[in-house]
Amino acid sequence: MRRFEGTDTYVATQDLRVAVNAAIALERPLLVKGEPGTGKTILAHEIARGIGKDLITWHIKSTTKAQQGLYEYDAVSRLRDGQLGDERVHDIANYIVPGKLWEAFEAAAAPVLLIDEIDKADIEFPNDLLLELDRMEFYVYETRRTISARHRPIVVITSNNEKELPDAFLRRCFFHYIRFPDRTTMQQIIDVHFPNLKHELLREALTIFYEIREVPGLKKKPSTSELLDWIKLLLVEDVPPDVLRTRDPAKLIPPLHGALLKNEQDVHLFERLAFLHRRERG
Amino acid sequence: MFFSFFAELRDAKVPVSLREYLTLMEAMQKRVAAFDIEEFYFLARTSLVKDERHLDRFDRVFGHCFKGIETLADPKAELPEAWLKKLAERFLTEEEKKQIEALGGWEKLMEALRQRLAEQRARHQGGSKWIGTAGTSPFGAHGYNPEGVRIGQEEGRNRSAVKVWDRREFRNLDDTVELGTRNVKLALRRLRQFAREGAAEELDLDGTVKSTAHNAGWLDLKLVPERHNTVKLLLFIDVGGSMEDHVRVCEELFSAARSEFKHLIHFYFHNCIYDSVWRDSRRRQIEQTPVVELIRTYDPSYRVVLVGDASMSPYEIEKEGGSVERWNDEPGETWLRRLLDAYPKAVWLNPVPQKYWTGTASIGMIRQIVADRMFPLTLDGLDRAMRRLTR
Ligand SMILES: Nc1ncnc2c1ncn2[C@@H]1O[C@H](COP(=O)(O)OP(=O)(O)O)[C@@H](O)[C@H]1O
Ligand SMILES: [Mg+2]
Repeated sequence: MRRFEGTDTYVATQDLRVAVNAAIALERPLLVKGEPGTGKTILAHEIARGIGKDLITWHIKSTTKAQQGLYEYDAVSRLRDGQLGDERVHDIANYIVPGKLWEAFEAAAAPVLLIDEIDKADIEFPNDLLLELDRMEFYVYETRRTISARHRPIVVITSNNEKELPDAFLRRCFFHYIRFPDRTTMQQIIDVHFPNLKHELLREALTIFYEIREVPGLKKKPSTSELLDWIKLLLVEDVPPDVLRTRDPAKLIPPLHGALLKNEQDVHLFERLAFLHRRERG
Repeated sequence: MFFSFFAELRDAKVPVSLREYLTLMEAMQKRVAAFDIEEFYFLARTSLVKDERHLDRFDRVFGHCFKGIETLADPKAELPEAWLKKLAERFLTEEEKKQIEALGGWEKLMEALRQRLAEQRARHQGGSKWIGTAGTSPFGAHGYNPEGVRIGQEEGRNRSAVKVWDRREFRNLDDTVELGTRNVKLALRRLRQFAREGAAEELDLDGTVKSTAHNAGWLDLKLVPERHNTVKLLLFIDVGGSMEDHVRVCEELFSAARSEFKHLIHFYFHNCIYDSVWRDSRRRQIEQTPVVELIRTYDPSYRVVLVGDASMSPYEIEKEGGSVERWNDEPGETWLRRLLDAYPKAVWLNPVPQKYWTGTASIGMIRQIVADRMFPLTLDGLDRAMRRLTR
């Protein structure tokens, strides 16, 4: 199995690489947590790309049930077909709709299976998948058939920490918490997205960005994805670096801040603080 | 050294179990990490820690146990079985022991592991030994000396740099606060969980009729997920002076509860329940809700959660006129009992740590009145309280 070393579009820190490779080598799920926008979802894509695998994504919503990942029995269609006298109706297998896990189990080569935002679902959801992820097989009652993985998929699970996950589930996973990137790492991340960004602009933008993140009481701290959006805007609007540095004291918040501060309260808060700050400085 | 590492992690309340430990061993055998202390640190961390709040504790223990160590030598692919066993005996919970039993017992487990390692070895064509320095066997003290399971020390490799674990980058994630919103939400969800009634799917009659008509009379069943929460809750929060310390936690509980329940009615009180409570703290003097009226308005299927430190003078509970708010004709106890009689499913959550409960007379009194349904305002306490409410 190939090792994951990051890609030309994804900066993987050493600790993340070790975690990913542990999950690959031992064929156990990798649970990834971290602030929104720190690259959890994209990681699975990059792992797949990096080691040359297909990606299967199962995005979890609050109404998602574990069973849906295995298969669903479409009783409504069958009932309708029954009324219409369709021949298909006699074989229940025609109404078994495979879910994402099934798809991953049947794949010809081990794919990467992303279970995205697992914490969105019901609190019992992870427990309901425990056995299936452990043994990589499940039983279809309707057709009396066991579906086993031809190759154990590489399972990446993300969580935004909305709920705690059950211990039994955690024990089976490797765990990685994406710490918010420090300046050096962030520079590398920006570099893979904007390889030709001018040094000065990068420096000023990063300074402002980390300053904003330090502002106490923000409802939503801007994250990597917001920073990238902002830089893109700065480039589109061709904002020169010195505008970022010598911000007009009359305009207290950074240009195009809409990309960074996503709600009005935060904008107000920032205005107030920036104002005080500037006054102090003289 | 591994032995004390594992032990110290447990002491530091990083909940590692044997399962994680074996995972780490296996990952080392599979050479996931290079034999470099930093990679070993990352590997140990991803294998043993499952919650970011424990990362800082892990770092501290790691720093302590592996002080001054630069390199891990390549492990000789022999499983230090006796040592693992010893470890297990000391650290396995009863539940974990049972799990191992279920797997076919210790021997089976070891056998399986050994076999896997053997395959591994065959592929890798054997590794070199774990090289140690100056005969520091970590197991000598316990009478075990599995050959060479030691950790080597190598001089001169970038020793001045601050180690990753010594940077304590996860310090601010160690959330030893009694209860964060996240935890409160979690516990409250449990109540919702238990309360979800009936099947998760219900027939959408309107949709079915419409769709069947569309189909020229062919029956076309429509189903909608039944996802609404049916729990009805009356929440009473003590906003009294001694509660000031706990107001933040209470507000978290309250804000968390609001998003979890469809029917959530909140009231405030001061120290104990008397003839009336209020809904808006700023307007408490003008807008009081008589408890009698409240009982008439909300039917007995409502569950009651009282949050308060129950810390007051005993008079405030047992005497007429004992209230610090205003004159009460009947003692607080009478009103509290009246409320509890009206709502059989009730609990009292107390933000005061449980170890101090016995030191305060009024806490004992309230506890008695609520028939021992007082729970500490911790995740575990909430959990038990929620379970109690759904009984
Ligand atoms: N380490 C990284 N390397 C490259 N791009 C990154 C990295 N981390 C985050 N990003 C960028 O941030 C965006 C948001 O990432 P995403 O995976 O959606 O975050 P999350 O799932 O954690 O909310 C991605 O589209 C990606 O472009
Ligand atoms: Mg995401």
